[in-house]
Amino acid sequence: MGYLLFQLTLLAYILSTAAYMVYFWSQRKEIRTVARWILIGSGLLHTVYLVVRYFEAGHTPLTNHHEAVSFFAWSLTWGYLSFHWRYNVRNFGSFVSPLITILMLIATFSSRQIIQLPPALKSAWLPVHASIAIMANGFLALAFCGGIMYLLQERELKKKRFGLFYTRLPSLDALDNLNNHCLAVGFPLLTLGIITGSIWAKQAWGAYWQWDPKETWSLITWFLYAALLHQRFTVGWRGRRAAIMAIIGFSAAMFTLWGVTYLLGGAHSYVG
Amino acid sequence: MSAEKIMILGVNHKTAPVEIRERLAFPNDPGTPYREIAVIPGCEEFNFLSTCNRVEVLFVSSTPEETERKIRDFLFNKSMSYEEAGKYIYLHQGEAAIQHLFRVGASLDSMIIGEPQILGQLKQAYRDATEQNCTGMILNRLLHKAFSVAKRIRTETEIGSSAVSISYAAVELAKKIFGNLKNKRAMLVGAGEMAELAAQHLVNQGIAGVVVANRTFERAVNLARCFNGKAVSLEELIPQLEQVDIMISSTGSPELILRSSDVKPLMRQRRNRPLFLIDIAVPRDLDPKLNDLANVYLYGIDDLNNVVDINKAERDKEAVRAERIVTEETLKFMLWLGSMEVTPTIVAIREKAEAVRKAELEKTLSGFSNLTDKEKQALEKMTSAMMNKILHHPIVYLKKDDSHKDKKVKLSLVRKLFNLDPDNSS
Repeated sequence: MGYLLFQLTLLAYILSTAAYMVYFWSQRKEIRTVARWILIGSGLLHTVYLVVRYFEAGHTPLTNHHEAVSFFAWSLTWGYLSFHWRYNVRNFGSFVSPLITILMLIATFSSRQIIQLPPALKSAWLPVHASIAIMANGFLALAFCGGIMYLLQERELKKKRFGLFYTRLPSLDALDNLNNHCLAVGFPLLTLGIITGSIWAKQAWGAYWQWDPKETWSLITWFLYAALLHQRFTVGWRGRRAAIMAIIGFSAAMFTLWGVTYLLGGAHSYVG
Repeated sequence: MSAEKIMILGVNHKTAPVEIRERLAFPNDPGTPYREIAVIPGCEEFNFLSTCNRVEVLFVSSTPEETERKIRDFLFNKSMSYEEAGKYIYLHQGEAAIQHLFRVGASLDSMIIGEPQILGQLKQAYRDATEQNCTGMILNRLLHKAFSVAKRIRTETEIGSSAVSISYAAVELAKKIFGNLKNKRAMLVGAGEMAELAAQHLVNQGIAGVVVANRTFERAVNLARCFNGKAVSLEELIPQLEQVDIMISSTGSPELILRSSDVKPLMRQRRNRPLFLIDIAVPRDLDPKLNDLANVYLYGIDDLNNVVDINKAERDKEAVRAERIVTEETLKFMLWLGSMEVTPTIVAIREKAEAVRKAELEKTLSGFSNLTDKEKQALEKMTSAMMNKILHHPIVYLKKDDSHKDKKVKLSLVRKLFNLDPDNSS
């Protein structure tokens, strides 16, 4: 049941991404509408899958790699759709949807086996900490997509060679605002993720902070984004520099998510 | 009425430099032209249009040549001879004048073809003229026609939406950088057609304000008035740059007027808000290295040309369609003018009455199958006589010699009574 739902969700995401790609080339509005509805459908299917998984596992499904990445894709989808509600950024979907599909593919190739939690991890803080931290990643990923779009558009404007992106991407101002808005949501979530993690660590291991690689790297990520926001508010950092910082920050966040687990190990590695 | 009585005399951005144009605009007392032209002998009706790019008088006169001479002397205020002024003006008569007016209203004669402001300006000018009782039957109809032609061209062609030009390209780029231009400010440095045009286009897009900087302050003041802007001297260029977002430069300076090192410290004060610099001067005004600064976008004339080429062909096609509409509408107006004579009016009344008579007679006769030819002829004769008797007095009234003005009123009244111009029912 759960597996079938997951496969369906993945298929829907792939279809939506394909539609967004076709829209990017053709710029026909009907196709965008179709793509958007498929994405909303995928998001709903995904939600159902998460609920089913919760009952299958008997605990919040955020414990193994498959679950974490799948939840990441889910946050990205709903983060994007919720932004869409308020800001209309042209062709943003064509950049976000491939990222969602990539995450879903990564989730597909990870072990789906349900893990019995060791007693130390059984806590109400597990769903709170993990979901907040991953949702933060979702919004940081949106800022990352916005940053890439900004750099593409700026490149054409500076070089004065008007190709694929000049007409399709929104104005630099809109992209810079997007970056700002995504971080305005993502950064507080990231902060909250670190704080809840620290409280949970106190409960589980008896210390708020023990400098394991994951903690260290999430702190590095936090400082990168804090620096960007600080500079934006004080001296008005914006545009290219802010876009590059959003990309670097997101790379650090991704390293925290994967690099640490696979390269450095430590207490935070998924139990699987 | 003879179309030759209609004339247009004016100067625009193509025929006269801005120094000449601004002298004709009567900025201090806009009422002057209405008072002065109205008393020129022979001038029956007129309309005075004054915008940044043109000043023109449309008038109807029984002695058009003499009236034209007087109006020209008045416009140039005797500052130059009649012949000398002739170098700067355009003069159209009759059909050409009508066509010219239609083209002006439809924005085919504008600096930026298809820009929407001119129609509003023409409407305002007409409103002022009617308030001063300067227009009559001919110009009322002609100007209303000009408005409807402009509207027709706007709906039937794409002339407005693809007003492509250098300045249009500049606006497009500005939108790609700033998104919304509503709260942005522009600075115009130096003068020149292209720069003014770009500034005009930005104003059309609703930017918050224009600052004009010029070597001669007076010039800056005059130009600033066109855009409802503020004038500054060239020395204030760099401090002003802190406030504005778009700068269009076209001075005659042989050297660079703005260097990368001038702007670099400024960007910190601007809190890195983007700066869009447009350099349309030859030789250049702006340091090419400016483009390397973060959040500064420098475009030269060649860069803008690249953007323009994308859909120029499209615009040309639309302009051709618009010109065809103008020609068509001019012909229609000429037909109407031709009918504004006594003889054609009488013919039209007779034809109308005759058509009614024939139709009614036929209807009646078809009910009687046993009438003899003689009886039919008698009925024919009777109806004809009735018609002639009824029309006799109106026709005599029309034929009576009157002054020009009375004749036009009379014609207009009679044509309305008999509904000879159904499309003019309003």
